[in-house]
Amino acid sequence: MNHFLIAPVVLPALVGPFIIMVVRHHLDLMRIFSLASTVLLVAISLVLAAQASSGEIQVYELGNWSAPFGIVLVLDRLSAMMVLLTSVLALVVNLYVIGSGWDKRGANFHALFQFQLMGIIGAFLTGDAFNLFVFFEVLLIASYGLMIHSGGTRRFQAGMQYVVYNLLGSTLFLFALGTLYAVTGTLNMADLAVRVAEIPAEDSALLRVGAVMLLLVFAIKAAVIPLHFWLPASYANAPLPIAALFAIMTKVGAYAILRMYTLVFGPDLALTEGLAGAWLMPAALITLMIGAIGVLGSYRMGRLVAFGAITSMGTLLTAIALFTPEGVTAALYYTVHSTLAAAFLFLVADLVTERQGIEITAQRVMPQSGLIAVLFFAGAIALTGMPPLSGFLGKLLVLDAARDHDLVWWIWGTVLIGSLVTILGMARAGSLLFWKSHSITETEVDPTVAQDHQPHQLHEDHDSSAHGKVAPTARATVLPFVACFALLAGLVALTVFAGPASHYAEATAAQLFAPETYIRAVLGEVTP
Amino acid sequence: MNPLSIEFLVASAVGLLTAAGIYLILRRRTFPVILGLSLLTYGVNIFLFATGRLMVNAPPILNKYADVAYTDPLPQALVLTAIVISFGMTAVVVMIALAAYLSARDDLIDMPHHPEDEGEDA
Repeated sequence: MNHFLIAPVVLPALVGPFIIMVVRHHLDLMRIFSLASTVLLVAISLVLAAQASSGEIQVYELGNWSAPFGIVLVLDRLSAMMVLLTSVLALVVNLYVIGSGWDKRGANFHALFQFQLMGIIGAFLTGDAFNLFVFFEVLLIASYGLMIHSGGTRRFQAGMQYVVYNLLGSTLFLFALGTLYAVTGTLNMADLAVRVAEIPAEDSALLRVGAVMLLLVFAIKAAVIPLHFWLPASYANAPLPIAALFAIMTKVGAYAILRMYTLVFGPDLALTEGLAGAWLMPAALITLMIGAIGVLGSYRMGRLVAFGAITSMGTLLTAIALFTPEGVTAALYYTVHSTLAAAFLFLVADLVTERQGIEITAQRVMPQSGLIAVLFFAGAIALTGMPPLSGFLGKLLVLDAARDHDLVWWIWGTVLIGSLVTILGMARAGSLLFWKSHSITETEVDPTVAQDHQPHQLHEDHDSSAHGKVAPTARATVLPFVACFALLAGLVALTVFAGPASHYAEATAAQLFAPETYIRAVLGEVTP
Repeated sequence: MNPLSIEFLVASAVGLLTAAGIYLILRRRTFPVILGLSLLTYGVNIFLFATGRLMVNAPPILNKYADVAYTDPLPQALVLTAIVISFGMTAVVVMIALAAYLSARDDLIDMPHHPEDEGEDA
């Protein structure tokens, strides 16, 4: 048994309490331990990814209890890829947060950050449905703390909505798991797959109810219309670097859909055939469109990027809803891309709001305007899927995979029109922020903008109330820009190495559509 | 079905708790919403408990010396986990609700619209 497999869960689980109990009064020590832990996580997940790329599926039995009775962690290509993505994103966000001083604005940022990572990575690695619920709760309870980090009225209110919405999701998750357990008598995913396949069609009503409830739960996490309501308010009101980390959280929902509906309720299973795809496809297309319209209608930075993230979730779920190897290949490539792109744009949005407040309006030229404009431009290109960056390739893969689908014209139309609308929204925001500000003179700005925005900001957003007025003196720190350029470099690398990346995605999709290997790896000999 | 059978009692308890919970979480103020969430978690805990089939007077332990009835121990473990998690979550949600209430002087669950927002919407 390879004990290395549990390292990415154990490491943050140890570093988090250590930070909170031993070094909580020393900011520098907290930063050092947090950063060291995330760097180590990247190293560990690189090793795991290398091990998984051979195609072998590794199983870790906790407490050495064998599979259907104990909890297992399973490492296949998909898990390894998601863990690597999470740890890389975490490293970049951690650098940004340290550089911008966000971690000083409230207590216990670094400890919560470690717990969040533990939950996300655990959710990607676990091979047990109830354990998936537990890791969901770990990542959620950490995210509640991070979401209201540094406080403020509006943040608390948005946090309240976020918590209530997710608690409802958790309750529904428990109902779904209870239903599945009542029918099959197991919660191990591989064992579920075996048992579900044995259930006669006439007794499957309860099972199908469970499958649909589970889909609803994951759709809440993935912010699919009509269950997306929590996302714009909570991401836009969370501290924006933390929203950048949350970019991976919606992917946890997408991952869970992909895992459960290829392994347990696979596309070949007669009982639930087309159940997920038939509901998910229209929902994903509407999600895409609503996100695009939201981008066009946003007049605040946070909401702009949050709706951008919803658009990319729409595209991603469209690809997943095809439930073909080609579709999943496209979805996996697009997952990596859209996580990096959304996180990148959230960080750029934070650079902007730190300098001139949360509104997308033309104000006086902000410090480092040129550099930030370049970053925003690159981020907008990436998120909308314009040619030079990997978003274009990702969307092309999605469009190509949809060619044989019944709804092909709907898919192509929605993806293309959605992209166009998103481009318009991003272009509007970019030209207001970076171009129009040059045509405004100081005398015009001071009486109008400063007066209009000051009371509103004081009321709404405590920590940005200061920057509205004293923006021009904001000192440039290097680390936030390093973090942004690191993400941009990641996107460029994903474009340049699109060949190897899509081959890896292809192999992953092939592995997902051959669940027998997964089942055999977990359960040993499968009874026919 | 016999209205005094344990199945009927448990099923109607789950149903009542869930219905009351859903009614309460649709209210506009945080206190009823939190109460509703608690009722929902009670409902789901009883539901989970019933997923291992209902047995009376049966221990959740196998007895290898005698052939006696036993009940499925796994749902009981699941319920314990769910109770602990929902207890922690309720504490968190109460604290956040309190923070929102104290800082906004209002316990409406909706986000208030700023006058400026409405101006831009119009």
